[in-house]
Amino acid sequence: MATITPDKTLDASGLNCPLPVLKTKKALEELQSGQILEVITTDPGAKADIPAFCNRTGHQLLEVVEEGGKIIFYLKKK
Amino acid sequence: MATERLAIIATKGTLDMAYPPLILASTAASLGIETAVFFTFYGLNIIHKKKMHELKIAPIGNPAMPMAFPPSMQNPITNAISSILPGPPQIMGIIPGMTDLMSFMMKKTIKEHGVASIPELIEACKEAEVKLIPCQMTMELFGYKYEDLIDGLEPPAGAATFINYVIEADKPMIIFV
Repeated sequence: MATITPDKTLDASGLNCPLPVLKTKKALEELQSGQILEVITTDPGAKADIPAFCNRTGHQLLEVVEEGGKIIFYLKKK
Repeated sequence: MATERLAIIATKGTLDMAYPPLILASTAASLGIETAVFFTFYGLNIIHKKKMHELKIAPIGNPAMPMAFPPSMQNPITNAISSILPGPPQIMGIIPGMTDLMSFMMKKTIKEHGVASIPELIEACKEAEVKLIPCQMTMELFGYKYEDLIDGLEPPAGAATFINYVIEADKPMIIFV
């Protein structure tokens, strides 16, 4: 279990490439700098795509948790 | 900061070939890259108000096509069919209605796998501020009017305008689909 408390949660379960990245970008727009977004996805491709998105856009990937077929990302808005 | 521009040229009007340009464009724009898609020849159908909802996938001339039963239609009978015939024989493609049937099955499969539809991806592109540019010459060739195409497009442009737009960036890139 993650110990991070998110400011917002995006449930992208069941969605496939490129939707998790697109929805993450949109969800981050609604947050203030420094706030934390939790992204829940079931897309195995997101495992590489969300870190690539963070790497490119400068948002910080704090933690990735995998549990029961779900991949959960914690992102800190830059 | 150096400007980066990604330009994607969409030339095909089948359901499967409408996906790559829109997926790449919406994603690139979400990654903060200035992105444009130039729609030319059959690619114009992807941004045609009516035809964008009727894009099809053809079994004929497509030997790579699997039977692709959607998950909700998979049962012992369809699994047995798939194991004997992993794809429809090419000759079946000429049967009237096969293209529609295959397109229906593909759309169902796409939906059940949580993959976006083409109209959804177009919306995602618009939201991410992807420039969608129709090709002036092929619009005239096909008899498409600007009002036949979806809203929110850039003005129709020619090859020189498009190439100039891409190449004036510090880091230009073009993908041809």
